Amino acid sequence: MTDKIVVAYDGSAAAKRALAFASALAQEKGAAVLIAHVLEWSPYSFLTPTEIEERHARRKEEMSRAETAILAPARADAEKAGVSVETVIKYGHIAETLCEIAKDAAASQIIVGRDGQSSLGARVFGSVAGSLVQVAPVPCTIVP
Amino acid sequence: MHTLFNRAAMLAPSAALLAIPGLAHAQSIDEKVNAAFASSTGWFVSLIFSPFPGTSFPWIVAWLVVAATVFTLYFGFIQFRAARHSIALVKGDYSDPNDAGEVSHFQALATALSGTVGLGNIAGVAVAIGIGGPGATFWMILAGLMGMASKFTECTLGVKYRNEYDDGTVSGGPMYYLTKGFAERGIPGGKILAVLFSIFCILGALGGGNMFQANQAHQQISGIVGDYPGWITGVIFAAVVFAVIVGGLKSIAKVTEKVVPFMGVLYVLTALVIIVMNADMIGWAFGQIFAGAFTGLGVAGGMVGALIQGFKRAAFSNEAGVGSAAIAHSAVRTKEPITEGFVSLLEPFIDTVVICTMTALVIIITGQLAIDAETGLYIVENGAIKTVSGASGVGLTSAAFGSAISWFPYILAIAVILFAFSTMISWSYYGLKAWTYLFGEGKGTEIVFKVIFCIFVVIGAAANLGPVIDFSDAAIFAMAVVNIIGLYFLMPIVKAELESYWSRLQSGEIRRFKD
Repeated sequence: MTDKIVVAYDGSAAAKRALAFASALAQEKGAAVLIAHVLEWSPYSFLTPTEIEERHARRKEEMSRAETAILAPARADAEKAGVSVETVIKYGHIAETLCEIAKDAAASQIIVGRDGQSSLGARVFGSVAGSLVQVAPVPCTIVP
Repeated sequence: MHTLFNRAAMLAPSAALLAIPGLAHAQSIDEKVNAAFASSTGWFVSLIFSPFPGTSFPWIVAWLVVAATVFTLYFGFIQFRAARHSIALVKGDYSDPNDAGEVSHFQALATALSGTVGLGNIAGVAVAIGIGGPGATFWMILAGLMGMASKFTECTLGVKYRNEYDDGTVSGGPMYYLTKGFAERGIPGGKILAVLFSIFCILGALGGGNMFQANQAHQQISGIVGDYPGWITGVIFAAVVFAVIVGGLKSIAKVTEKVVPFMGVLYVLTALVIIVMNADMIGWAFGQIFAGAFTGLGVAGGMVGALIQGFKRAAFSNEAGVGSAAIAHSAVRTKEPITEGFVSLLEPFIDTVVICTMTALVIIITGQLAIDAETGLYIVENGAIKTVSGASGVGLTSAAFGSAISWFPYILAIAVILFAFSTMISWSYYGLKAWTYLFGEGKGTEIVFKVIFCIFVVIGAAANLGPVIDFSDAAIFAMAVVNIIGLYFLMPIVKAELESYWSRLQSGEIRRFKD
């Protein structure tokens, strides 16, 4: 089985750097890249009756938008670099869901970008990269 | 329910507050409208709320309680058998992780609850205890437990017979199961019942779910900042409601939907703190509740009086059997309709057995009810127990909490206003679904209803509309008449669903995703 590298990807500049890093690494090792896009979602948030009614349609919309606007260009970029690519979109807590994706795909490592921000927000709530290193089941590389 | 409690006792303070100086010149027009409205709709109100001959027991309360008992027996005490499974469903133990991003059972329950938890839990209980004595609490809890079976039945049907549209949205509720379910079983009359239900639902939404809420919210605000014309509150509320339901302004709805559950939890926790503070009184309070339930403790009406008040409060508070919850739950995406039934049966438990009981315990435990030192019995005046503070309704609950935590009445006032607002948002949705059932889906028909709804917010806050509100209360209970007839005919379908699901659950075909 080919080695798989999970890249956390949200279309940001940091994510693009992470993908480039992962592609280079994958090429070197003959591994495949699994581009993972996680949409933040909590089953315990509160919704209005109208939001509940529209949720299913919204979810479809969000997923197709993520597919065309975020994952398709990423896939093209990585394929240009000559690595084999898979993509996945999931809902959930971002760091936890990335870990699940890595586990399900039996990936050997996770690569995630960071934008180097030290804003108050990140300080209080933590960053995805920060919480990922705490809980990742496989080695985790943070690309600055 | 938020909207409904003993009007006689509640309107006493409200009438005083509603005599707004600024509206004095309009009073005569108001009075004319009231009189005209009362004479044309009075027969309907008295029909719905009429007592059994020779008693003071309204038949509509019996109708709801008998239905709850029938469903409890027919489904073999489903509310107790399935309680553990219901909680597991809400926790997401049976949710497929690949469905993440869809509405969870927890979200469906929380949203439906924010529609039912409200003024009734705070003010209505105080009225019930004030008239029926502590014993009313016992009967209220019993009726709340039975009501769980009614919710289970209607919400399962709501999901099973909803309409799904190409754009992914859904419409469901009693009007859909009355039409489709009756047709499926070959029973005539489903369409007529559905249309009747929709009409009552629209009237109930505009009245009890809107005008009454606006009215009570205005009284809370004017109680804090002093008297001012109600239309000002009305216009502000209408603008906010308009922004949410017409403008789709998510932020306000988001804030409310977050604050309302928080307020609910805060209310229960505060009640618990007060109960613990008076720990030595807990045994006495439960003694009063049990003794009062069967003897009445000398309160007006005795045991029967306690029973009527308790049953009434439970039925009015949790809306079980009214059909509104079936509309709320039907929008949820689930492979098995019955899972929504399991989840919804927790609603009367949380609303009545937990929250209403907390209110009752705090009132009893803080000694708000005046006791004659010589006989040890409650002092009854004008058909209600004399209270230490002299207050009734919201005032009694407020005094009870305030006696232990002096600043809590302010929190309570904010909670009442927010509950009123979230109830209005919920009922605007119920009314809208009934409206689109009658007049067809579409942006145009929807906007007409939404604008009408906002206009009624202003009317509700501005005027003393006793007869109009009586009528809309009657309309909400008329929903229950139609809905429960439907439930009796359709309950075998729910039973088939239940048996199929339960056997697949036992065999392990329906699997847990989380341990």
